[in-house]
Parts: sequence; C-alpha cells; structure tokens
Amino acid sequence: MKILYNEPSPLETRVLSRRFGLENSERLDTYLATGGFEAFRKALEIGPDQIISEVKTSALRGRGGAGFPTGMKWSFVPRNHPKPRYIIVNADESEPGTCKDRLLMEYDPYQLLEGMLIAGIAVDSRKGYIYVRGEYRYLITHLERVVEEAYSRGYLGKNVAGTGFEFDVYLHSGAGAYECGEETALLDSLEGKRGIPRMKPPFPAVSGAWQSPTLLNNVETFSAVPHIILNGGQWFAGLGTPKNGGTRLVCISGHVNKPGVYELPLGYPMLKAIYEVAGGIPGGRKLKAVIPGGSSCPVLRAAECDLAMDYDSLAKAGSMLGSGGMVVMDETTDMVRAALRIMAFYQHESCGWCIPCREGTAWLRKMLARLDAGIGTPADIDLVGELSKNMLGRTFCALGDAAAMPTISIVEKFRDEFEAKLQSYAAAGLVQVG
Amino acid sequence: MAELVTLTIDGAQVQAEKGALLIDVCKARGIEIPAFCYYEGLALQAACRMCLVEVEKMPKLQPGCTLPVAEGMVVKTDTPVIHEARKSMLEFLLANHPLDCPVCDKGGECELQDMTFRYGLGESRFLENKHHVDEQQWSPVVFFDRPRCILCYRCVRICDEGVGVDALGVVQRGVVSAIAPSHGDHLECDECGMCIDICPVGALTSGMYRYKTRPWEMNHVGTICTHCSNGCKTTLGVRGGQVIRANNRDHSGINGEFLCVKGRFGWDFVNSTERAQSPMLRTNGRLEPVSWSRALMTVARKLNEVKQRGGRVGFIASNHTSNEENYYLQKLARQGLRSNNIDHHRTGDVVTLIDALAGRTDALATVADLYAAKASLVIASDLAQQQPLLHFQLRANWRHHRSRTYVVTPGPVRERKFAVKSLHAEPGRELDAVESLRDDLSKEPELVILFGDAIQGDAVRRLVAFGDSLGIPVKYVCLLDYSNSRGAIDMGLAPGLLPGYRPVAEAGLEPGMTIAEMLADASLDVLWVVGANPLRNARLAAENAFVVVNEMFLAETAQRADVIFPAASAYEKEGTVTNVCGEVQSLKKALKVMGAKTDLEIFGLVAAEMGIDLGPFQPGAVFEEIRREVRGYNVSLPVIATGGAAQSVPLNGRVPALTRAELIQSARDTLFTSGTLGRYSKNLTSVLEHPGKLYASGIETP
Ligand SMILES: Cc1cc2nc3c(=O)[nH]c(=O)nc-3n(C[C@H](O)[C@H](O)[C@H](O)COP(=O)(O)O)c2cc1C
Ligand code: SF4
Ligand code: SF4
Ligand code: SF4
Ligand code: FES
Repeated sequence: MKILYNEPSPLETRVLSRRFGLENSERLDTYLATGGFEAFRKALEIGPDQIISEVKTSALRGRGGAGFPTGMKWSFVPRNHPKPRYIIVNADESEPGTCKDRLLMEYDPYQLLEGMLIAGIAVDSRKGYIYVRGEYRYLITHLERVVEEAYSRGYLGKNVAGTGFEFDVYLHSGAGAYECGEETALLDSLEGKRGIPRMKPPFPAVSGAWQSPTLLNNVETFSAVPHIILNGGQWFAGLGTPKNGGTRLVCISGHVNKPGVYELPLGYPMLKAIYEVAGGIPGGRKLKAVIPGGSSCPVLRAAECDLAMDYDSLAKAGSMLGSGGMVVMDETTDMVRAALRIMAFYQHESCGWCIPCREGTAWLRKMLARLDAGIGTPADIDLVGELSKNMLGRTFCALGDAAAMPTISIVEKFRDEFEAKLQSYAAAGLVQVG
Repeated sequence: MAELVTLTIDGAQVQAEKGALLIDVCKARGIEIPAFCYYEGLALQAACRMCLVEVEKMPKLQPGCTLPVAEGMVVKTDTPVIHEARKSMLEFLLANHPLDCPVCDKGGECELQDMTFRYGLGESRFLENKHHVDEQQWSPVVFFDRPRCILCYRCVRICDEGVGVDALGVVQRGVVSAIAPSHGDHLECDECGMCIDICPVGALTSGMYRYKTRPWEMNHVGTICTHCSNGCKTTLGVRGGQVIRANNRDHSGINGEFLCVKGRFGWDFVNSTERAQSPMLRTNGRLEPVSWSRALMTVARKLNEVKQRGGRVGFIASNHTSNEENYYLQKLARQGLRSNNIDHHRTGDVVTLIDALAGRTDALATVADLYAAKASLVIASDLAQQQPLLHFQLRANWRHHRSRTYVVTPGPVRERKFAVKSLHAEPGRELDAVESLRDDLSKEPELVILFGDAIQGDAVRRLVAFGDSLGIPVKYVCLLDYSNSRGAIDMGLAPGLLPGYRPVAEAGLEPGMTIAEMLADASLDVLWVVGANPLRNARLAAENAFVVVNEMFLAETAQRADVIFPAASAYEKEGTVTNVCGEVQSLKKALKVMGAKTDLEIFGLVAAEMGIDLGPFQPGAVFEEIRREVRGYNVSLPVIATGGAAQSVPLNGRVPALTRAELIQSARDTLFTSGTLGRYSKNLTSVLEHPGKLYASGIETP
C-alpha cells in the first residue's frame, strides 16, 4: 500500500481521490486498469457541445477559489477562432491552508491529463500547460516523468490513444509568487513576464495566453471532468447540493486530531467535518474560529460554524468556500497573532502593482505587529479595520480583497483580544505609543 | 463617424463615442477624474486606483481610466464614497512617501502635492517607520529617489512605448517594488529625460536642474529648440539671466511632450563661460576687445571701401539664424553690396525637391502628417539619431494607428523595430531598393517619403517620379540638419537663389560663389561668416582677406577673424524659424547675455553705418516684409503668434537646375552632438563622456 499523507476517512465520498492509495497510482497502467481514458473516448464520441452541456449540468464550480460555474466558462471560449486555443491548468496552489492540488498531481496525474484532453476536445485546442507552483519542485520532476510516459505510450502527442486526436502538454514552473495563481498574472508569468495581473476584460476565455482564447481552470476542476463525462453531469450534480455539484477535496488543518485532505460532497456539515472526519479538537478544547476556505476567507466564529459547506451557505454566513483550505482554530488561538500572520503573508505576496494593496498590506502588517505586541491605542484597532475596508473592492485584483476580508472579520469579531493586549501592555507599566 | 452612446454623468445626459474611456469623456466635459497612472497615449494600467467612480449596477467602484462608456451607463464622479476613496488612496500613497515637500525638487509642480491639496486628508495617520532606500544616480541626466516614487509606471511606458528604448523596468514586488534601469544600476539610453518629464512626483529628477531653483522662481519662456531641424517647442526656465532647464511645459506645439536630449539639456552653451561677450578687432596680429561702435565702423568702412573699388565680398551664413536675419543678410549682400556670393552649409537637397514638385501645393509633409499618414518610407537616414521628433512621430503613429513604415538604410536603424519592411541599401543604391518596394507601396492608400542627403540632385527627381508612378497621394520630407536649415535656403542664402526659390536672374544678377568657391578664391577681399565654422576643416585661400565673424564662441573660424561680433543665440532673440517640414514658428527672447547682439541688429547696424537703407531691422517688421515678398511665407500670423506652427507653401517650379548637389552633405550629428553648439554644452558633452558603463558603481546587480 502506498503511504498517504493522511489516513482516508470512511466518511469520505471518494471520486477524484478514488485511486489515492493504490499501488503505483500515478502510473499509466494503473490508470488504464481503473477506467482511465474511457471518459476521453466518450468525449470524442459525444463532441464539444455535449461535453460542455454535461459540465454545465454537473454544476461543477471552479475549485481554485472563485467558484465560477465551469461549464459556463467553457462555453465562453470561442471555438472557431483564427488563433489557437490553450488549455491551462492552474497548479499554483499557494493559498495558505490549501494543499489538495499537489495530491491530485502526485497520486493521480493521469486524471488531470484526461481532464485536460477532454477540455481540449471541448474547445478544439491542441496545447495545454500545467503551471506548477515554484515551491512544488518535486512535483515538476514527478510530472515530467508522467508526461514523458504519456508521450512514449501514445497518450499525448499526435495521436492520443490511437484516436487521431492531437494534444501536447507542457510544464511550466512558477517562481514562488502567490500572485501568479491569479489567472492573468499566471498568464503573464507563463509568457515570461513579471507576474502581475492583467486588466479584465478581456477575460482569458477570449484573450488569454499569447492573446489567444484560453481555458484556465484549477487542477481539481479539471480532475473532476473525466468523472462527469463518464458518469454524466446529472450524477455529479447529485453528489452535492443544488448549484453546488460534486465533491471537494477539503484540506483540514489547524487544531484537529487528524489533519488531512478529505473528499467530501458539497454541502457537507462543517461541524461534522471537524469533529468526525478530522477527529475533533485535541485535548477536548473548545472551537474558537474557522477559516473555511483558505486564508483569504473571512473567519467564522465557532457559533457560526453550524452550516453546510457549499458556496451559497458560506456566502450567506458572510464568508466563502474558497479553495477548500479549512483552518480550525481552538480556544487557545491568539487571534491578533493570526491576523498578523495572515497579513504578513499577503504583504509578502502583494505584487505591488496597485497602490491600495501594495501600501495597505505593508501598513497593516506594521500596525498588526505593533498591536500584537500590545503597543497602540483603541483608535489603532479601528484604523486596522478602516484601512482594510479602504482596500476592499478597490484593488486591481482580488489579492487586496484576500488580505482585507480576514482582517476585517477578525477585527470585528475578536476586537476584545486586541483590547486585552493593549491593556496588558499598559498594565505592565510600559508607555503607550500613538 | 463612430457610433455614439448616451450616458449619464453626475445627473447630466452626455453623448460620447462608444468605447471611449470614461476619464476622457469626463475631461471633455470639464469633470476632473484624478489620475496618476493614466496617461493619454500610453498603455492603460489601472494601477493607481485614483480614478475610481461609481457606476450604477456595478457593485464595486470602477476605474474611470479603463472603463469604456456604454449606452445607458449611469456614472457618478462626485459622491461621498468617491471622495472617501480618493482620500484613502492618497493616504496609502503617502504612507511611505517622504513628507518633505519643502525640500523636494518637485515641490510646486508635483501632481501628488496637487492631488493631496485637492482631495487628500489634512493629516497623516501613518505612524510606522517609512520604507527607505537611498537615492541613486543612473546617468549624468537621470537621478532616482525611490521613496518618492508612486509606481505609476509612466516612466517605464514612455521609454518603452514612446521613445522605443525600453531602458526602464520594474524589479522586486510588493512594497519594495522599484523602477530600475534595465542595465541594473545605470542607464544606457537616449538620455532624453522624457522619463523625468513625465514623472508626476520628485522621484526622477534631472542632473542638470535638480535643487537649483523653485519652479515659481523662474520665468517660463516658450520658444523653439535651437538644435536640430525638427523644431520642437520648448519652454526655457530662466532665472537671474541663466537658463536652468528646458521642457515643453504646456505640451503644446508640434512636439507635445517630446524633447530629445539636446532640446531638454543642451541649453547651457547659452551661459557658457566661453561665450564671446565683447566685439574683438585684430590689432597687431592679435584679437583685442573693442567697443561695438569701433567694430561696426571698422567693418562698415571696409565693406564700403571694397564695394567702391569693385572688390570681392563673400558671405557664409548660418543654419541657426532666424528667417529675419537670413533675409536681411541676403539683402545686405545683394542690395547693399551687389554680391551673390552667399551660401550656407547645405545639409539636404530641398531645392531640387521643390523644383521636382513643381505646381503642387500639398506635397510637403508636416510633422503632424507623420503621426497621421497611413504609411511612410524612410530612405537613408537614421531618424532616431538625427531626426528625433520625426522618429517619435512615426513611432507614435505606429503605436496608435498601426501605420506602416518602410525603411531603406545602409545600416540598422531603430525604425526597423516596427517597420513592415526594412531593406539594406549600400550608399548610391537606395533607389534600387526603393524600386523593389513598388508593389507594396502602391497598395498603400497614401505615403510620406523622408529622405536624407544621400538622395540629391537627379536622384531626388527620380524619387519624385517614382512617387508619382505609385498612383497614390505622396508627400515628402527632405531631411536637414539644423534648427533653421530650411529657413536658410527658403530665405535665399544660396548663390543662385533669391528668397522663395526665385532664380537670381530675376533680379538681374549672375549666380555667385558657393562656400567651396569662396574658400578657394585667393582674391577674395572680405569674407563674412555668420554663425558657422567653415574653417574647422577647410582652409581659406585668400590669405589677405578681411574676415568678419558673428559668433558665440571663438572656435576655429573666429580665430582667423579680423573682427568678431559676439552674437546672440536663438534663445536670446525674437524672430521666426522654419523646421524641416517647412513649418514656421516663432522664437521668443528668453534672456539677454551681456555684450552680445542679435545677428539682425549686427546686420542692421553695419548697413546703417555704411549709409545704405535696407529698411528697419526689427524682427516684426522684417517678418512682415518676408510675408509680403517671399513666396509661400504668407503664413497665418495669429497661428505663429500664439505659439503654433504654420507651414510655408513654396510655390514650386522654375527653380534653376544648378543646385550643385555635390555640395550638399549632412554633418551626421548624432543624438548627442550638435555642431559647434554641442561642443560648448557641458550638459551634452557630459553625457557623451559618461556612456552608461561608467555609472556601474562596481556593485554587482542582483
Ligand atoms: C491572488 C490570487 C491567487 C490565486 N491563486 C490561485 C491558485 O493558486 N490556484 C488556483 O487554482 N486558483 C487561484 N486563484 C484563482 C484564479 O484566479 C482562477 O480564478 C482560477 O484558477 C480559475 O479556475 P477555476 O475556475 O477552476 O477555479 C487565485 C486568485 C487570486 C486573486
Ligand atoms: S491587489 Fe494590486 S498589488 Fe495586490 S496583488 Fe493585486 S494587483 Fe498586485
Ligand atoms: S532618459 Fe529617455 S531613453 Fe533614458 S530612460 Fe529616460 S526616457 Fe528612457
Ligand atoms: S519614477 Fe516617477 S514616473 Fe516612474 S513610476 Fe515612479 S512616480 Fe511614476
Ligand atoms: S488613473 Fe485609473 S487607476 Fe490610475
């Protein structure tokens, strides 16, 4: 048996992860022996329109963070366009708390390739790129081997699986910038430029890589596609809740007994995920807060966590399902420190293109470091919230929002912790600044 | 006519071209949307977020600088939310910005200062340490102070898109992102200073200007650059009798924001310590300072004496003097002394072009045409080196309109970057190469042909015949070297031509001597050299000739003079000059240099001293005469008086064929040289002496 990063849970619904744990799960033979490339052949049979319509029916939503309906995105790509179309896999997975794409690429890379091939059929494309997060060095080597095997066995190249379909796949490594996970910054980086986002519109579907129509999705999004084609969009949709089709690889980290990546259907109860799937909180401590979908999501207080994990329920609760990175924080968590840690990340990763994000994250990081040390006045706490709100919705890309949203929520929901720090600093007889 | 849409801006119904940018539509209606990164004509950035507006049905504020207007759009630019957004954007910008405006070089003309004044907060809420980086010098011309930089990327874009040099980029990310030269720590570039000019704040400053003055302490005088033939408008900043800087401050005129290194920095010859500031007279073999009256009297007597005995007098005129001065000089020569021995260093064969275009009035291109023409053909010239504004125009035309450029040159030139076709042509074989473009060119809707001195005499006629045979409208530019090269030939500073390209025979005169003939004429009695330096690399055969020189500097020719009149530069006089495209523009006197007089005054005073009446020697009066007398110079006075350029329209034809084309040769100045003027500009020579590498401080760049 292959050693996995975490023990699977019996509560999972394993669709995308069904080959995880198989001996040589990353090899073509394993893949072929377990139904591999059947979806591809079927896709060739049913053709582009039917593929896109199945994906639409499946209610698959982008797993990269924004949750945009995938079928709809595919239908935006003009198929009879004078320029070539590109299929691009966003494997830049850098959102703190998110670590699922690496497993999909490590344990079942052919599933991803098959998803790309089907996308290629759907939009009449011959070329795909996998943009891999720079820090995932080992994965690049791994994927190189996979792609090589696929070519040598005729599952990529001029005549894929003997069907006459032509498709090439290239790997591209990022250089360690979170921002390059933003789809248009990714495209600039892929083209060899400094990784800064592009203006939208035009959207990549119309004018993306090398100004050509481009279909760009997350690793997990592509990986779901073979299952949708094989088993039907209806079937996939039925796994989740209305408008929230299928399953997700939820990455549960933080204060839980069994941290790991678990495949759960959309709409799964959050508390059940924490207490049953992930084995609950160590030492029986109390839950304080949850970041539901990666560090860019507003945090939920314990009392807000009794909800179903789907895009709409989380939106209703004022947060987001994001990229599936669920960070559990128990009662011992220092929320000011958490806010600082999150801001430190975004400050470090801000590309610097636009003023509010570049200056806002740097300013906020300095302030939060100060407040974390207890230095400041209550007005400083207000200012943290205010500056975050001044960034929100006004930056060039969503990184600014990603920095602002968790901060706003922490200041609002855990203001008492900031005040307590200020008080203990004052009580220690130290002079206040500001 | 483009499709119109109706939208609502701040409650008012507005019609605008569909797809126009909201910020432009607002500007046209007098509604200011504050902006830093938006810059007309350059790529859109949407980076500074100053221009956010409210648009109905859009949940987030939208950047007005990238928002195309659409039918039914409802926009608000003046709401509490927007005021607050602008305030906060400025607050973010100022967080790491030094708040030391009193000692910042940009104080008083800083866009950040102005915006903060108009839209900003009264106080700073930023209590943390500011991010600091030391100031850097990138070249003799360009200094960079990172903390002041607001990362609007204007400099990067103007250098790349505008100038075509691409010397600047962005390094690092986040709050430590910085503008940096593409050569690491120094520039190897055109040193045009366009980046400095476009910088809204005090981040990029000029080595020639920084910390010398406050902007409001200068007089700002709009005049015409005195270097190359392109005739850029420039605003001289003058304080205490010194030129301190030049930029086209209001971006008006034919060049808009453009100036090259010579225009922007090559003005310091004006205040050079080597300026001649007193008339000089050769006494006992040595040049001694004398009074103006003595010098004038000496020259007048000499001329009268030679005139009376029917001696030989020659005039070598200038490429830099004004039209009025040129006109007056040839009057002095022809009417005063009955001499046609008058010539100037000719740098292009305009004469044959004018003749070949006989009878046409719309065949000479303007600078604006180069930005508008659908296609152009550059023959035998390195425009980026020698005709900087023309290059800028062609490039902008390509950038904005995808105009098509063809290039036929002996070596690589910068236009090749965007040319649709570039051909190599050995000197003398240019027209063969041009011929091979016939099929392409005849498919163009119109064409502007620019040609250098390699095309002269018969080749010009053949080129025009080629243009005619294409069956499309063709306009021409005969490339010339200096600020009034065109005005010199227009005003008849040629042995065979009167002003307006009339043959001298019309005035009952025989053609006179050319420069070469004058220099070779051993029996020449008087040679008067005006703002030229023919003896730099030639010998004067007439050893006993009496030599008069109007000069700013005691260069080679002045060293041979018997009398030197210290002359005022173009920046010290009124008058008009005519650029390479025949566009007449007016000079404005920016300052007075002690001791010097304008050439017009000198000619007028000598004539008066000689007792001959050549009419008043005030620039305005002479220009009136030019407008009356010189064919094609009846240009619009209001246009010129308000700082505009009016193209002269020489009525062509009947130009005598004896153009002695072999005497035409460009001086091949580069971007950084400018004949004698350039030699006396420390600013220009410093750039030449310190080519890029010197500024590599020895520190390896990351
Ligand atoms: C700052 C930022 C970082 C992002 N990083 C990633 C990432 O690492 N991986 C990813 O798939 N999507 C990321 N996204 C989302 C992408 O822009 C894009 O929406 C997504 O890749 C589209 O694929 P999907 O529809 O399959 O989710 C990021 C977005 C932003 C704004
Ligand atoms: S919000 Fe602005 S500075 Fe931040 S990452 Fe996006 S574009 Fe760059
Ligand atoms: S001086 Fe001119 S060429 Fe040099 S960097 Fe600035 S804009 Fe570019
Ligand atoms: S140096 Fe000036 S022009 Fe360049 S980005 Fe900075 S502020 Fe803008
Ligand atoms: S002017 Fe619109 S974002 Fe800078």
